[in-house]
Amino acid sequence: MSTNALPHTRTQSGSEDRILRYTLAERVVHWVAGLSYIYLLITGLAFWSPYLFWLADLVGGGPTARFGHPWMGLVWSVAIFWMYTAWREDMRTTPADRKWAKHVGDYIRNHDENLPPIGRFNIGQKQFFWLMLFGGIALLLSGVAMWLVNDIPWSWRWLRYTAVLVHAVAALLTIGGFIIHVYMGTAMVRGGFTSIIRGEVSVAWARMHHRLWYEHVKGASSREK
Amino acid sequence: MSQATLRVQKISGHAGPIPGEGMQREDQVCKLVDTTTCIGCKACEIACQEWNDLPFAQTTFDNTYQTMPTTQWNFWNLIKFNEQPKEDGTMMWLMRKDQCMHCADPGCLAACPSDGAIVQYTNGIVDFQQDRCIGCGYCITGCPFNIPKFNPTTKKVYKCTLCSDRVSQGLEPACIKACPTGCLHFGTKDDMKDLAEKRARQLREHYGFENAGVYDPPGVGGTGVIYVLHDATNPEAYGGLPANPSIPWAVRLWKTPLRWLGNLAMLGGLVGVTLHYLRFGPKTVHNGESEKRS
Ligand code: HEM
Ligand code: SF4
Ligand code: SF4
Repeated sequence: MSTNALPHTRTQSGSEDRILRYTLAERVVHWVAGLSYIYLLITGLAFWSPYLFWLADLVGGGPTARFGHPWMGLVWSVAIFWMYTAWREDMRTTPADRKWAKHVGDYIRNHDENLPPIGRFNIGQKQFFWLMLFGGIALLLSGVAMWLVNDIPWSWRWLRYTAVLVHAVAALLTIGGFIIHVYMGTAMVRGGFTSIIRGEVSVAWARMHHRLWYEHVKGASSREK
Repeated sequence: MSQATLRVQKISGHAGPIPGEGMQREDQVCKLVDTTTCIGCKACEIACQEWNDLPFAQTTFDNTYQTMPTTQWNFWNLIKFNEQPKEDGTMMWLMRKDQCMHCADPGCLAACPSDGAIVQYTNGIVDFQQDRCIGCGYCITGCPFNIPKFNPTTKKVYKCTLCSDRVSQGLEPACIKACPTGCLHFGTKDDMKDLAEKRARQLREHYGFENAGVYDPPGVGGTGVIYVLHDATNPEAYGGLPANPSIPWAVRLWKTPLRWLGNLAMLGGLVGVTLHYLRFGPKTVHNGESEKRS
């Protein structure tokens, strides 16, 4: 079942002008993924450059960071997989997204009044989702090879070389997405951060940013009454 | 030993200048292994185990005289036995002492992310400092000779130290002391090169080994362990000695261009979002309609 059918769940405040955007499960998984990613980022970057090695001291020192990184990677992978099963339908690109994408310049310049209406997520959010999913698969596969590097036989050493390159490139790509994601979620799109913490957005927010989703939700809840 | 920072010329995972670089004048040391006079007695294997107090390593019998397939975290010096067919149908027995080569341009050190976990002393010895090692195994990926080995219990990596503790006290490595045929020599790199070349010439001119030569691979800047081979054109026959070793190109790509590209991209991303905020600011919702901004 698509999570578009959210109106069946009441908002916590129960107030008329608030709409439930993320269920409790969605919020929990988002923060499992987000916090584990931040740990992976700190520990990973510590090993990426000598100028960042001090980052390992923030999380217990080099050996501890080395021990924790792959295990946390597994936690993160599970969270990403859960998101895939839950949000896969919502994340498909629609014709409305394509129309919206033509006006992305207006979105960047905050001329939101020029944007055509879209559903629960915009195409940027969708692409970030797929970037994390496919980046995550690459990170998991290469990461496991780096984890068990000592068990890779000498004749398979090409796998060691491939793994370090794939892991670094995939990490950099996801970091690019992550920077934009965090910036937009906290500083740029006001209301977004509250929505992933409390789960609710205002009607005005929903109408402005995700009008088709808002109308879908409103329609469903008026049918319910 | 790790305190001797003034005698260090390369440090792994180190930001900024190297404290001891150029501070002391020291000769490059070198071990010469003359494979043509090795009899495969394995005295050097035992001497290494003894001197370094290494715990017993399980041997593997595979119908040869070789103790085990490769060196291990607790077995740093391995004689590799190889049978090489000759043109006349007879066999030639090639025995080579395998250990860390103490590369002038060490791939292990280039790959290591941990500050000071691998150092190269002014005398050329490449030494692992286990107290700084984080156990990531990058050195395993970086080494072109399959040398660093991981201990799953301590989560650290180990290999031949060229007896850096003995050499710093003016002694020769333990393996050299044990060799009964004199096929192992230890001295300055220049002296050893000289001796090796003389022996190779002798083999070419008087023993009919036309391809005899010295193995001191330039791809890793030369090594602190050099070999005299009966056939220098085919080092692979000596238990997989690489013909033209160098730091793997993937490791070079990863550690230099990719790293700088990545750092620039990450910095660019941070600068980009900051500028965006300064120029356009946040999107706020006003009474259901977006705020008009210029
Ligand atoms: C998905 C499961 C993951 C696994 C199993 C994994 C495993 C590993 C391993 C074994 C290493 C070697 C050193 C260490 O342990 O820290 C490593 C390095 C690294 N990881 Fe991960 N990792 C995963 C996910 C991630 C993610 C999501 C990021 C995103 C930031 C990341 C970023 C890095 C970076 C930047 C490095 C250093 C790479 C380098 O030195 O070039 N990893 N990873
Ligand atoms: S495992 Fe190797 S590369 Fe990693 S910190 Fe230890 S010595 Fe350095
Ligand atoms: S042989 Fe391997 S472990 Fe030894 S110095 Fe060279 S790269 Fe390092």
